[in-house]
Amino acid sequence: MAKTISRKTSTRKPAAGRRTSMPARVTIARGAYDSIREVEQFLYRQAELLDGKSWSDFIELFAEDGFYWMPASPDQSTPNGAPAIFYEDRDLMTVRMKRLMHPHAWSQSPMWGTSHLVSNVSIEDENSRTGDLAVRSRFHMMEFRRDVVRHFAGVYSHQLRKTQDGLLIKLQRVDMVNGEGPYDYVLQAWV
Amino acid sequence: MTRKGRGDLTRLVEPDRVHRSVYVDPAIFESEMEAIFHRAWIYVGHESQVQRPGDYCTVLVGRQPMIMVRHSDGQVHVLYNRCAHRGAMLCGNLRGNTGEAFTCSYHSWRYNTNGSLESMPLPKGYDGTRLSAANQERNLKRAARVAAYRGFVFASLAADGPSLMDFLGDAKIAFDDMCDRAPEGQVDIVQTCFRIVQHSNWKIFMENQLDALHPSVTHESSGQAAAQVERDIARRGGKAPLDYHYLSAFTTPLPKWDEVLTVNYQHGHSALQGYMGLRPQDPDSLAYEAMMRKHYGAKRTEEILGVNIHHVLLYPGLSVQSALQQVRAVRPLAVDRTLIEIWHFRLKGAPEAIYRRALGYYNLINSPSTIVNADDLENFWRCHQGLASDGGAWVSFHRNAGQDDEQDGVIRSRWGTSEAPMRNQFRAWTQYIGGGR
Repeated sequence: MAKTISRKTSTRKPAAGRRTSMPARVTIARGAYDSIREVEQFLYRQAELLDGKSWSDFIELFAEDGFYWMPASPDQSTPNGAPAIFYEDRDLMTVRMKRLMHPHAWSQSPMWGTSHLVSNVSIEDENSRTGDLAVRSRFHMMEFRRDVVRHFAGVYSHQLRKTQDGLLIKLQRVDMVNGEGPYDYVLQAWV
Repeated sequence: MTRKGRGDLTRLVEPDRVHRSVYVDPAIFESEMEAIFHRAWIYVGHESQVQRPGDYCTVLVGRQPMIMVRHSDGQVHVLYNRCAHRGAMLCGNLRGNTGEAFTCSYHSWRYNTNGSLESMPLPKGYDGTRLSAANQERNLKRAARVAAYRGFVFASLAADGPSLMDFLGDAKIAFDDMCDRAPEGQVDIVQTCFRIVQHSNWKIFMENQLDALHPSVTHESSGQAAAQVERDIARRGGKAPLDYHYLSAFTTPLPKWDEVLTVNYQHGHSALQGYMGLRPQDPDSLAYEAMMRKHYGAKRTEEILGVNIHHVLLYPGLSVQSALQQVRAVRPLAVDRTLIEIWHFRLKGAPEAIYRRALGYYNLINSPSTIVNADDLENFWRCHQGLASDGGAWVSFHRNAGQDDEQDGVIRSRWGTSEAPMRNQFRAWTQYIGGGR
């Protein structure tokens, strides 16, 4: 039984260099609502873990072979052999976490905060056999550090694996609208 | 502060200390732009950025917005990004292909990609005026001098001064070491530029580059974090990728850093010896070495791969890590704001695995998510804040002052943590500002 949200993607040529996957029409099959609610809760939890600086729990959301990927440009189709702003497996994520928690991570003083909003959640594909999901959403992150506010916004694309313990991330792709711009200071943690 | 004569400014620099105003005074910054960035050879870009005719990229040379573009005859030109008519900027993009001509968005003056005026609307309107067809001011202004070494394009906005080769001197090893490592002797740029703006004076970046005392302090957190995970991976029976080594090398104890010597050349350039041991013996590296021997022969290959440089700094504005094929270009925006453009390169003819090594460094150390620069930028900001205060008048460069070896104008530090590179930079600064070069 197809529990999928089928999506007819527009065949129009995307604007120069930009990855657009605007659905021309969306239909939601009966039964898909349960998945959407589960996925939404998953994404909200991930955002809360980031904002709460619960780095270890954040990493636990990833499958053992999972990756967090922020391409250097939106037209990249694979992280292999291409420049990336982030391309981290759980080991590299652990390096980042250990650095953030180190007492001599000088840039952690002053402490800083973020607030993530996640919205426009849609299931792009659901494997009827494994239950694995491809999910697209939009995010907006506001960061406050040493009296300076920064905004980062864009699209999350999650490849989620369904397991007995719930959903795990195989791949989280993050395309920021302002990813290619100059950075005033760096991104210390995942967006 | 009122504008001083440039000769006066050199009094702000002593052999072992520099007055703080050199970092925070906007008027001195403007003098630096005129006397240094508009006279010295400034890195513009790499020829492979503009491969086809009409390919261009825009870049700041000092205060000047410039266009680097390839003309139909294959020549690369560096032009002021300003229409000769009413002064509008011609190119608003970072890069692209303009075809055969640049067209001004205001009144449609069209310029060939060598900068000469191709056409303007209703040209008879200029008949009998001072801007008739023979007037060179109808064309785009070009950088006074443009030269390239091994594909790396530099411009000088001053008509006089040393040639590019005289300017680079022995520091040209930055490009030789990078290009020689390619079986075909050339590199290709990867068309991604990470851009990071630091809220500090440009010199603070330059002084940090060869500062061998800071890594184990500033980057202690990143070094230890990577070393811990490296050990965890080994405990699982795995082997951490080379990338981890780039980070865990920061745990090198301080006495070891004192053994990493610097060579300080004329014009403010410096080189720092290698410390990372980037000659692994994995199958990919061995295949690459075999390929190198085929191109260069065994003896020359050993010479090339035996060069052990971590970093070459070309004053005033380029940091080159030749063995990892990275460059960082310094574009001062204001006295307290500096844009750093970060690029990396492919060794032509080398296997993909060798490119992945450069890419790993680019992604992990030089990307906007870098856990290394995160702490440098914090230091740079703190330095600039401190220097803007009246808490002290001078910046100290006393470490091992008077203890370096100098011969024929080249200064070799006896200690890796000697502040010789900073003193050498200010030797050049004084020459530029004093008008000596």
